[in-house]
Amino acid sequence: MIKKASTHISQNEGTIFERSRPGRVGYRLPALDVDESPIESLIGRDLLRNDDLAGLPEVSEVDVVRHFTRLSTWNYAVDLGMYPLGSCTMKYNPKINERVSRFDGFASAHPYTPDELSQGNLRLIRELEVTLGEITGLPAVSLQPAAGAQGEMSGLMVIRRCLESRGNPRKIVLVPDSAHGTNPASAAICGYDVKTIKSNENGSVDLDNLREVVNQDVAALMLTNPSTLGMFEEHIVEVCQILHEAGGLVYMDGANMNALVGVTRPGDMGVDVIHLNLHKTFSTPHGGGGPGSGPICVTSELEPYLPFPRIVEETDATGLKTLRLDFNRPMSIGRVRAFHGNYSVLVRALCYILSLGPDGLREATETAVLNANYIAHHLMDDYEIAYHGKPLHEVIFSDKHQQKYGVHTLDIAKRLIDYGFHPMTIYFPLIVHGAIMIEPTESEGREEIDLFIDAMRSIAKEARENPDLVKNAPHNTRISRLDEAAAARKPVLRWIKPNDK
Amino acid sequence: MLREMGRESIADLFRGIPDHLQLNSPLNLPATLSETETLDYFRELAELNTTRITGRRMASFLGAGAYDHFIPTIIDTLISRSEFYTSYTPYQPEISQGTLQAIFEFQSMICELTGMEVSNASLYDGSTGTAEAVLMAERVTNRTKVALAGNLHPEYREVVDTYIRNAGIESVTIPYDQTTGTLRIDAIAELGSDLATVVVQSPNFFGGIEDLRQLGDATHKIGALFTVVVAEGMSLGQLLSPGQCGADIVCGEAQSFGIPLSFGGSYCGFFATREKYQRQIPGRLVGLTHDAQGRPGYVLTLATREQHIRREKATSNICTNQGLYALMTTIYLSTMGRTGVREVAQQNIQKSHYAASRLAGIDGFSLRFSAPYFNEFVLSCPEQADQMLDALKSHNIIGGLPLSRFFPEMQNEILICVTETTTRKEIDALVEAMEVKVKSKK
Repeated sequence: MIKKASTHISQNEGTIFERSRPGRVGYRLPALDVDESPIESLIGRDLLRNDDLAGLPEVSEVDVVRHFTRLSTWNYAVDLGMYPLGSCTMKYNPKINERVSRFDGFASAHPYTPDELSQGNLRLIRELEVTLGEITGLPAVSLQPAAGAQGEMSGLMVIRRCLESRGNPRKIVLVPDSAHGTNPASAAICGYDVKTIKSNENGSVDLDNLREVVNQDVAALMLTNPSTLGMFEEHIVEVCQILHEAGGLVYMDGANMNALVGVTRPGDMGVDVIHLNLHKTFSTPHGGGGPGSGPICVTSELEPYLPFPRIVEETDATGLKTLRLDFNRPMSIGRVRAFHGNYSVLVRALCYILSLGPDGLREATETAVLNANYIAHHLMDDYEIAYHGKPLHEVIFSDKHQQKYGVHTLDIAKRLIDYGFHPMTIYFPLIVHGAIMIEPTESEGREEIDLFIDAMRSIAKEARENPDLVKNAPHNTRISRLDEAAAARKPVLRWIKPNDK
Repeated sequence: MLREMGRESIADLFRGIPDHLQLNSPLNLPATLSETETLDYFRELAELNTTRITGRRMASFLGAGAYDHFIPTIIDTLISRSEFYTSYTPYQPEISQGTLQAIFEFQSMICELTGMEVSNASLYDGSTGTAEAVLMAERVTNRTKVALAGNLHPEYREVVDTYIRNAGIESVTIPYDQTTGTLRIDAIAELGSDLATVVVQSPNFFGGIEDLRQLGDATHKIGALFTVVVAEGMSLGQLLSPGQCGADIVCGEAQSFGIPLSFGGSYCGFFATREKYQRQIPGRLVGLTHDAQGRPGYVLTLATREQHIRREKATSNICTNQGLYALMTTIYLSTMGRTGVREVAQQNIQKSHYAASRLAGIDGFSLRFSAPYFNEFVLSCPEQADQMLDALKSHNIIGGLPLSRFFPEMQNEILICVTETTTRKEIDALVEAMEVKVKSKK
């Protein structure tokens, strides 16, 4: 039985362009307070637009508000319920973060404001650097990378610069077959060849195999820990030793830090570089796909290679301490983004960390792990568990039991929508055939999780008794499954006025 | 829950982590703050920043890639809806149509503004967009040399340098004319015929408007792709679109369209190209399609370019767009619309020209470059820019960006930005303060 959702009026709405009516406006600017000259006398006519921007809409404020409010109702969201997306860590986004990030002193600050007039912003950045350094055990932190993938790229560049200064940047980056697709893509941008290494039967790094492939050409190993199977890399210390002994470094993908904060620290394991996803572990909103923020934390030895500028503290003759930006960083990999990174995301992350404090952060980790294990326990009879082990914050099943009824992972995911939940992560990691990856996060109380378990068990039953019901899901959405092949075959990527087609 | 699972304690669940790696004391972080204390902490930090409305409350003439424009109230109202900001990347189209349709509208509006045929769903910002343009040009042409404008935003240049250093791409700089501040078009013909792309910025970093038609022709004559960077998106409200000048790639920054300054981020990069290159474009794309009942709907499409499918062979390592900020841009461009965007751009032109003529009228001051400009210009002062700007601070004015920060030869030059939010009173106060400063020296 579907308990969490029922059918509901869903308003129709065309594109904003179809609402457009000539001459309609939704704004008013202050009157121009300087004498107006003909624009052609200020800027030559051949440099000016001659197309009137006719493709932008002409609408009222109410038009805009109705339009986007209606669109919003077609989305699922964390504030509507659980998002069991494995590896994506869709936790609750505290509202105080939103409020604080909008304070005028942050939101209205220009990035080129002189340092002495930006002390609050510089202090905030510094504070977050120190905090993330403590959480990861890797004390040198750059907050410049704009998202996790850019953090990966920056972290690998740091490794490359370090190896260059040791005399040889080397050629190969090792990436386990269970890794996220951004890992190999980031390594490629840094000029490295990617060598995929196979996971062992527990889904972790095969130490013997690792010893065989690590040689003088290997620059680094990119390791996700806990792995994308949700399990801690038990031999992480040995893994780091193998790399270090051969002169390579260890990059840890911090996508799964939500399983570790306050319990263990990558720096203590021997990891050299980690990136964090502030929009996962540190509760900043996903925003329907960005903005993210992907700080990197590195060992003190690697600090000189971090992106510039760095923040340094100076004490003047009177003992007054001020912070300033230091651009003189000759060993730096350079700049990876203009200005200071996704600052508005940084404000939210620090707000989260200070609101939770050391005890709250640990409790969040423990609760996330408890929730995932509870789900694993209750779904094990209905779904094939992919790897037996000690899952932390997420658990991976497959569709093996359902396949015999012709029901596949995608069908289960789509049917879950009818039950009022966002689907789980599917078909990732690639090493699990028909993967069903579930991460509840610490944000869910037992009641929501029980509803989710009921829904999953009910779908398993439907797969046995009425597979077509599952295969044709979702049934209760505005639209049913869309023809993605057609979208890619003949792409329509922009609105075109009907009479211009 | 533990009891149901037959577990004794939470510690049981962490058995997979070797004991010697587990922390046995809490992290060394400040103790938990209550909501009130948290608000106070951040209020205090915020008040240490000087803006128009906080700290020392100063008027500002800073631009240089981050612009203070009017932001309609409804943008924050609408993006504060949980269904937008707490939703995930729209991989599940049946329950993400709101996000998907808004991005489709974003793509359409970027095409309109830039005069291009295909826009992606946004990139991190203008600087990384420029780097992605260079990488795309290399993919399309299979050439490994690029030419970058000498008056490209210096931080964009730095980001491009970082991205290409390990990618086997070499860059050369196109010189700008010392009188006009715009690129020397004759220099392009001398660049040779093995270039992947010529990257120009208009308005350029000095605020000058480039002759994109001539630059585009010169670029195509040497067989390179023509990339146009637009760091001040608002200029597109009045200036000829890059698409009309033969651009192959247009990338830039949409911050001007309703996004707060926020100390430099988050912003919203845009990226547009020709239809023939759509399968080479970096980042996400949203396309229109239908369900089995023929109802229209939107999906992420052409995913075979992307890292989760192609891994190391992907067009980019990018895994996200700036979803919420693309939405802000879309709401801004809807609210201001066809009329408003043009009016804002028009006010920027009028006010900046008023300011420039007043400032250049002060004895000893002049405009450094002669090219037409949009809302920024370079003022040459009779003394060091840093001293000038320090003196202005005592009048509660941040007078602009000292160009010596990026161009050591420009010791006396200030980059000044005037937008529709700058009042005539503020401009007049700037003029007066500068007059006071030079008189005091005499």
